[in-house]
Amino acid sequence: MAAEEHAEGATLNIHPMDQFQIHSLFGDGPVHWYTPTNVTLWLFIAVAAIVLLMVIATRGRNVVPSRGQSVAEMIYSFVRGMIVDITGEGGLKYFPYIMTLFLLILFTNVLGLLPYSFTVTSHIAVTGVLAMAVFTAVTLLGFIKNGTKFLKIFWISEAPLVLRPILAIIEIISYFVRPVSHSIRLAGNMMAGHAVIKVFAGFAAVLAAGTPLGVGLVAPIVAIMAVYGLELLVVVIQAYVFTILTCVYLNDALHPGH
Amino acid sequence: MASETSGEAVGMPQLDFSTFPNQIFWLVVSLVVVYFIVSKVILPRIGGVLEERHSVISDYISQAADFKKQAEQAEADYEAALAQARGEAQAIAAETKAEIQVELNKAVAKADAEIAAKTAESEKAIAVVRESAVENVREVALATTAGIVAALMPSVSDDAAVKKAVTARMKG
Repeated sequence: MAAEEHAEGATLNIHPMDQFQIHSLFGDGPVHWYTPTNVTLWLFIAVAAIVLLMVIATRGRNVVPSRGQSVAEMIYSFVRGMIVDITGEGGLKYFPYIMTLFLLILFTNVLGLLPYSFTVTSHIAVTGVLAMAVFTAVTLLGFIKNGTKFLKIFWISEAPLVLRPILAIIEIISYFVRPVSHSIRLAGNMMAGHAVIKVFAGFAAVLAAGTPLGVGLVAPIVAIMAVYGLELLVVVIQAYVFTILTCVYLNDALHPGH
Repeated sequence: MASETSGEAVGMPQLDFSTFPNQIFWLVVSLVVVYFIVSKVILPRIGGVLEERHSVISDYISQAADFKKQAEQAEADYEAALAQARGEAQAIAAETKAEIQVELNKAVAKADAEIAAKTAESEKAIAVVRESAVENVREVALATTAGIVAALMPSVSDDAAVKKAVTARMKG
């Protein structure tokens, strides 16, 4: 992104990062911790969308589901299947929180693709809190469930004895890097794709003005369509990745032997 | 990145730490709200619906199994009824055949008796005819013999001797 900003000149006036700015919804005052901002707005829109799909669409409790209800059921079965596959039936105790994570990330990601919207999950403050919450909870859970046996996840008993201390150091480092990679993966993916779309949109404006009849507009628009299609895939996959990694970490806490 | 100050965004808005408390506060609020909705409404409701659907489907499957069993039972009953009817029909046929046989035997016996009676009568008639025929032959033979004897040897004509000789000859 630095390259694009250096390339800015008199004709190229692209601000791909503007879309990530946080501002107060009412007035221009400073952003206090309680100020309603565009973060608040889009989080609440996401909550409303979750209620619309998961609560209002399922209100009929039909044995033969309506379209909305079958989507809600699909999400339910998908997340439940993921937990059971990775952590076994024991992980279903944490189904509500994992479902909360998946729904909130999925909806904020998808809503962020609307034009003029704001992507909450493109901020590392948000994804960092989500990842640290998972990291802290899983670490505490590991010690509560297994006591000091939880430390076995760092001591690879299958490896030759001489290698074990070295592996232990690597395992410990990778364990503490987890929340970092967990959060930056999500925020980075959201930010990069949206910024790229914005850059192409800037090109479109420049080319529309700089070519006869604005025919130069076609190339950036086609590029935006392609990136947008890719982004649709990415936002869903990133929500899935965040959730499945949470399950994997949870499995470590529940079954440190493996 | 942070060195770029033109436009509205100052570097990466993601690294503007002054907005972190705001983001974290509203994120936690949303998480709590969604967690509450998920655990109190969404999961119980959809879990219940899926369970109910499962039980409805297994009910239908067991009902279908019942119907199949009933259908098989009905087929077996039908087969049994058919076999019984066939057996009865055969019994009736055998009985009828036996009755007919009895009457037939009676008729045959009667006919035999009649035939025997007629045969006896005929034989009697034949015997009468034969006896009268033998008598006639004897008379003719006697007359012929007497004639021949009288013609050949008139001197020794003796009716009694002729009669005696003819009778002896006929017996032989």
